[in-house]
Amino acid sequence: MGETMKEENSAGNISRREMLAGTAIAVTTLALTKVTGVEAASPPQAVVPVVSAEVSFTVNGKIQKLEIDTRTTLLDSLREHLHLTGTKKGCDHGQCGACTVLVNGKRINSCLSLALQHENDSITTIEGLGTPEKLHPMQSAFIKHDGYQCGYCTPGQICSAVAVLEEIKAGIPSHASGDLNAEMLFTNAEFRERMSGNICRCGAYSNIAEAAAEVAGA
Amino acid sequence: MKSFTYQRVTTPAEAAAAIADKPGAKFLAGGTNLLDLMKLQIETPAHLIDIGRIGLDKIEPTANGGLRIGALVSNTDLAADPKIRKDYGVLSRALLAGASGQLRNKATTAGNLLQRTRCPYFYDTNQPCNKRVPGSGCAAIAGFSKQLAVIGSSDACIATHPSDMAVGMMALDAVVETINPAGKTRQIPISQLYRLPGKTPHLETNLEKNELITSVVLPAPVGGTHIYHKVRDRASYAFALVSVAAILFKDGSGKIAIGGVAPRPWRVPGAEKLIPSGAKAFAAKLMEGARPTQDNKYKLALVERTIELVLKEGKS
Ligand SMILES: Cc1cc2nc3c(=O)[nH]c(=O)nc-3n(C[C@H](O)[C@H](O)[C@H](O)COP(=O)(O)OP(=O)(O)OC[C@H]3O[C@@H](n4cnc5c(N)ncnc54)[C@H](O)[C@@H]3O)c2cc1C
Ligand code: SF4
Ligand code: FES
Ligand code: FES
Repeated sequence: MGETMKEENSAGNISRREMLAGTAIAVTTLALTKVTGVEAASPPQAVVPVVSAEVSFTVNGKIQKLEIDTRTTLLDSLREHLHLTGTKKGCDHGQCGACTVLVNGKRINSCLSLALQHENDSITTIEGLGTPEKLHPMQSAFIKHDGYQCGYCTPGQICSAVAVLEEIKAGIPSHASGDLNAEMLFTNAEFRERMSGNICRCGAYSNIAEAAAEVAGA
Repeated sequence: MKSFTYQRVTTPAEAAAAIADKPGAKFLAGGTNLLDLMKLQIETPAHLIDIGRIGLDKIEPTANGGLRIGALVSNTDLAADPKIRKDYGVLSRALLAGASGQLRNKATTAGNLLQRTRCPYFYDTNQPCNKRVPGSGCAAIAGFSKQLAVIGSSDACIATHPSDMAVGMMALDAVVETINPAGKTRQIPISQLYRLPGKTPHLETNLEKNELITSVVLPAPVGGTHIYHKVRDRASYAFALVSVAAILFKDGSGKIAIGGVAPRPWRVPGAEKLIPSGAKAFAAKLMEGARPTQDNKYKLALVERTIELVLKEGKS
């Protein structure tokens, strides 16, 4: 899992990915023989062979069938198997939001979900929201308002912001909502609270909020 | 992550039967806690039973005017349900104070109840931890314990239960319903769900091995003013240092559970007759027997002050 970040940063991106894929078995063996404090303290575990399984889901309108290691997260299936590298891996532990995608219209962290959990689901990634020729309004607004610096968190921010507007329309309350039973409205405070699961290391927050406000018509 | 086999099931009975068949199996609900821990090899199930599509995703009225919440209802759907918002506001508020929008979409009712501690030493597999490796010791007691428990803890473990939702459910006297592989069902009041650590902190609940949570039942609405106040290191997306779930009535009485201070949501019904006497008297009784560390004794003052704030808000 940890390899992916290095991969993202390395110049020889493709060759490194292929190299990693080719050495996956060797890597597994190494990991199994490494003795940590915990493993030393617990009884020796049987070596479990790599198990794979099939899954089929729709990504950006296209049906995809994959045969994958059961451990593959939705995030890794998108990036490593379908080569949709728009969705980013930041923390791989649900803490940063870089991996946010829409599943059946709802935003989730794709790093904390197994690909196998998504049989027959419909997944939308940043690549499916819009294209450079035909941008989604949120994508255009991010450009117009400078809603990023390095851009690493941006696909997650955009997917999340698109879902936030839908959640407000659907009347889903948030921690910032004064009255749980009132109509939900787009405000800066509501947007900020609802976006707290998307961290931006560059601190583009205020511009992101302006971009979303424009799309919300607020 | 250790390799595992994977299976989807379609009914609660099938789920319970499947787990009895497979040694080392675990249920997978949203996966937001289990997968996180599997990546760190803190959890190493040999087999996962995906219960994501066994139904149990509805909120239905009960015969005596309460609500039955399916174990697989997402935290978002539960918080947004109109009946929950109207009659059980403390639960809606507790849920919305937890995690992030993305996580709440995926997290389930049962998974939230059974999420494991956020003790930093439990997460660091290089450290001794009696919960992770029974008998290995506890790195937290002499370590950084600012976030950890001040009451209900033991010399073996001072971890807290991290759920916000469970604190709201404790104030509401919720009841957990289960089914076991033999098909037997039972009801467990939430006050009886969690065990205190004692000498066995790895045993966290009174569920039997292989017991599936099917739903959580809320009693008929009790009215009152519902408040959930969470104090944390940042304004959003952080676990509680202290949280207070309160249902307050016009006559000055109330039901109050505290989060962030103990291995389970902390409620002492016997202390609640002191609520009308004010925060100081009530908090003193509620936190009687507390054993804080140097790092976390601030929580005792914080509990009292947060209760005071909540009582004041209840009156206004
Ligand atoms: C970055 C981050 C921040 C967070 N912040 C907060 C916070 O502020 N407040 C808060 O309360 N929570 C917080 N959480 C935790 C989150 O609420 C939990 O991860 C979530 O509720 C777990 O639900 P799940 O369905 O994904 O559980 P899973 O991960 O699927 O399961 C958790 C455990 O429950 C068991 N289980 C699941 N369903 C059943 C069932 N029906 N019967 C028996 N056993 C079952 C599983 O086997 C597993 O052991 C945070 C999580 C992350 C990653
Ligand atoms: S407090 Fe509990 S969970 Fe934390 S290190 Fe000690 S034994 Fe482990
Ligand atoms: S990569 Fe998924 S939340 Fe950080
Ligand atoms: S733009 Fe750099 S992390 Fe957000």
